[in-house]
Amino acid sequence: MKDAAFFELTDRLTQALRGEEVLLCNLDGEDSDFVRLNGNRVRQAGGLRAWGLSLDLIEGRRQAQASCDLSGDLDEDLARARSLMARLRERLPHVPEDPYLHYATEPSASHQVQNGSGAAGDWDGAGAIADLHRAAEGLDLVGIWASGELSAGFASSLGHRHWHASRSFNLDFSCYREGDKAVKANLSGFVWDPQALAAKLAGVRRDLEILARPARVIPPGRYRASLAPAAVAELFDLLAWGGFGLKDHQTAQTPLLRLARGERHLDPRVTLREEHARGLATRFTGEGFVKPEAVTLIAAGRYQDCLVDSRSAKEYGQAVNAAGESPESLALDPGDIPSAEMLRRLDTGLAIGNLWYLNYADRNDCRITGMTRFATFWVENGEAVAPVTAMRFDDSLYHLLGDRLEGLTWERELLVSPETYEGRSSASALLPGILVSGIDLAL
Amino acid sequence: MEHLSAIADRCRRSAPAGDYWSARLESEDTDELAVRQRVTEPSVLGSSLGVFLTLVRGGGIGYGATSDLSAAGLAAAWERAAGWAELHARLGLFDGGLYPRSSLRAEYASPVAEPWESLSLVAKLDLLREACAALEFDDRIVDSTAWLGRRRVQQLLITSDGGEIRQVFDQVSSGLVAVANAGSQTQSRHGGGADWGGQGGHERLARVGFRADAQRVAEEAIALLAAPECPVGVRDLILMPSQMVLQIHESIGHPLELDRILGDERNYAGTSFVTRDMFGSYRYGSELLNVTFDPGVPGELASAVADDEGTLAERQVLIRAGILERPLGSRLSQARSGLPGVANARACAWDRPPIDRMANLNLEPGQDSLASLIGQVERGVLMDTNRSWSIDDSRNKFQFGCELGRLIEDGELGGLVRNPGYRGISASFWRSLAGVGAAASQEVRGVYTCGKGEPNQAVPVGHASPPALFRDVEVFGGGE
Repeated sequence: MKDAAFFELTDRLTQALRGEEVLLCNLDGEDSDFVRLNGNRVRQAGGLRAWGLSLDLIEGRRQAQASCDLSGDLDEDLARARSLMARLRERLPHVPEDPYLHYATEPSASHQVQNGSGAAGDWDGAGAIADLHRAAEGLDLVGIWASGELSAGFASSLGHRHWHASRSFNLDFSCYREGDKAVKANLSGFVWDPQALAAKLAGVRRDLEILARPARVIPPGRYRASLAPAAVAELFDLLAWGGFGLKDHQTAQTPLLRLARGERHLDPRVTLREEHARGLATRFTGEGFVKPEAVTLIAAGRYQDCLVDSRSAKEYGQAVNAAGESPESLALDPGDIPSAEMLRRLDTGLAIGNLWYLNYADRNDCRITGMTRFATFWVENGEAVAPVTAMRFDDSLYHLLGDRLEGLTWERELLVSPETYEGRSSASALLPGILVSGIDLAL
Repeated sequence: MEHLSAIADRCRRSAPAGDYWSARLESEDTDELAVRQRVTEPSVLGSSLGVFLTLVRGGGIGYGATSDLSAAGLAAAWERAAGWAELHARLGLFDGGLYPRSSLRAEYASPVAEPWESLSLVAKLDLLREACAALEFDDRIVDSTAWLGRRRVQQLLITSDGGEIRQVFDQVSSGLVAVANAGSQTQSRHGGGADWGGQGGHERLARVGFRADAQRVAEEAIALLAAPECPVGVRDLILMPSQMVLQIHESIGHPLELDRILGDERNYAGTSFVTRDMFGSYRYGSELLNVTFDPGVPGELASAVADDEGTLAERQVLIRAGILERPLGSRLSQARSGLPGVANARACAWDRPPIDRMANLNLEPGQDSLASLIGQVERGVLMDTNRSWSIDDSRNKFQFGCELGRLIEDGELGGLVRNPGYRGISASFWRSLAGVGAAASQEVRGVYTCGKGEPNQAVPVGHASPPALFRDVEVFGGGE
């Protein structure tokens, strides 16, 4: 669905409003191809077209919300939306006034298209898969190709008009040596470049050679370690679950409670921002607010600001600065360790490429558990000498990003989320690697 | 269901030539109601409708999914499926001819005694306000929520072989949560059905004790604030059904999924420590361990007459007296592996392809009452309600945490302990199973959002389990 079609639909709905009714309309759509790979061959391939319309009907201080799928045909979609409107009107008199109802009353507009359709260097999924199949010959490659157009819009009866569209791909894969020994990689962007793929696969083949060596079995204990940006991303993905939202802070549920209260602090080199302006997500919220350029969450190791959605803003008297209270465009400031120097600085210990399946062991102390996964190596005298069998860690971020943090890399990696649970994600993170004097392995 | 029949006719008329095709039409209606800190949250109605088309042609398989159900929209989706079938025919992992054909004609509907509509919106909100107010009897309760929700999925699967399967799945879900805080210690307690999903209508509220549970939930959250930390060490462990659900799910369910064993999930959800040669001989657990795939349990979350490939769903024993017999593999995975399996090809919605899932995976009851399990423990911990879960990609090294623990000393239940957790290795953990509760102590529960697959999918799965006793487990509490 294009912007004109969405705005025509919402205009028609707005024209039929009664009395003092206000209508907020959100659209999320995708036209995506998904190709699942196993053994460097196609396991499951297909395509999807889906558009979802969300409506928020407001009358005075009462509101009710609803959503439906759209077909792309205006008449059919009007019928579906009007049916929803009728149900919302039926519901409104029976719901109480909402003290936290909060939406942007000043009209605003934006139009952003990232590498729009038909751009130079255009690609098709089947062609890219054929490229990949040839380039990865001999590798046991498994993963997912996801590509196509994502669109999001916001319109209201108050005059808002926002549109965001992008056409991108995300190839998320791993190559297996044997058993659970594998190297993980990701290639994503707007322009398909077979040369970039070749470079990525060359790195994978180098790491696979080290994985061929006999695995080092290490006992539980505390180990000096480097964490690659992909592993750091896993730490922050978990922390995003309740770590930064205003509601979680106000209700003492954040795992960063002691940090927020000043009882603990992180290393002064830790500065963390939600960079709305850099990210791939929309700049507008579902209530019509425009996000600021950035929100500083942690400044020099001290907690600074929370992410505030429209509802929390009303409840706790703050300004809206996010669509939801979890980060989707996170950035951690870089340090001064050149990535090429990381293993030398580590000297002896674990080079952790990825972490996996993290969860809180104890939120009160920001204690996290999870597994090493994919390429994790034992390093001696600055050289990776053997893969390490999968190990469970159980440690507090107050240590890993606090008293045991030795440094961060100068270079950062842009990691685009391959997640597709609620449609293809537009989340991303810009992160350095980190060096820690110790991480506690429990099993 | 009539609205789906009309679309099905259009699917039949527009289907292209091929070796085989299927069309899975799904409409989903949802309603979410909640009261948080005595304030009614915005209610959210949901209405979803779309079709998933599968085409087998020339040795390849492709799919096209769309919410455009016009003749032109369906034609475009079929064309898309044909394009991907062509690629699969050239670069496929296996011959598309392995795709299972179905001519099954069957119907299923969830057992519903009191439909969602039988209670007015006002009555539902009153119920939630009352429950939420009951959670807030103490200043230390810093957050509280009561919620009700419904999900109705109507599904019509038709195939080129004349298959036609109509299924209606109804869920009414409910829950309560109280969050208590004192100083820098925060404790949450869930109840009222929060982790006790099932198919059915409003009658489920009585089954999960929604109306009466608020006081217990809030009192336990507050009591946990002052409770000592769970001790660290090796102790016997009794897991209540609310935690057994996760234990079964993560360390039996996922490792037995045949698509993981075949390597499909290695880039995301992971592989499995279980290998093909283990079936028929591997000792998974003690002789007390009996695990079934059972789509016929009334009201369990994933009960159904057929899976999304059109395979008739039947009860199968997966582990008998501790010996591994059968994986959780759909007909396609069975054809790829040569192993037996079950009817478990499931998709989360109309826009996702079916993959191997758990459906209903249950621990069969044993002989003990809860009291007799406790009586067998000299020094141990009882844990209730999962709050943290983590396991390696082979589904072996796990660490789980619970909301509430109780010490057991000399066969007697003792005081509360907070932040209880335990860790172990699947391959050895189930062999330490020393007692399984009797049928009277079994609870039919499940997990609302089991995530796996690329593209990602989250589906509800059912797990029935009594409490169980494990010997010599590494347990721990909170703190840095």
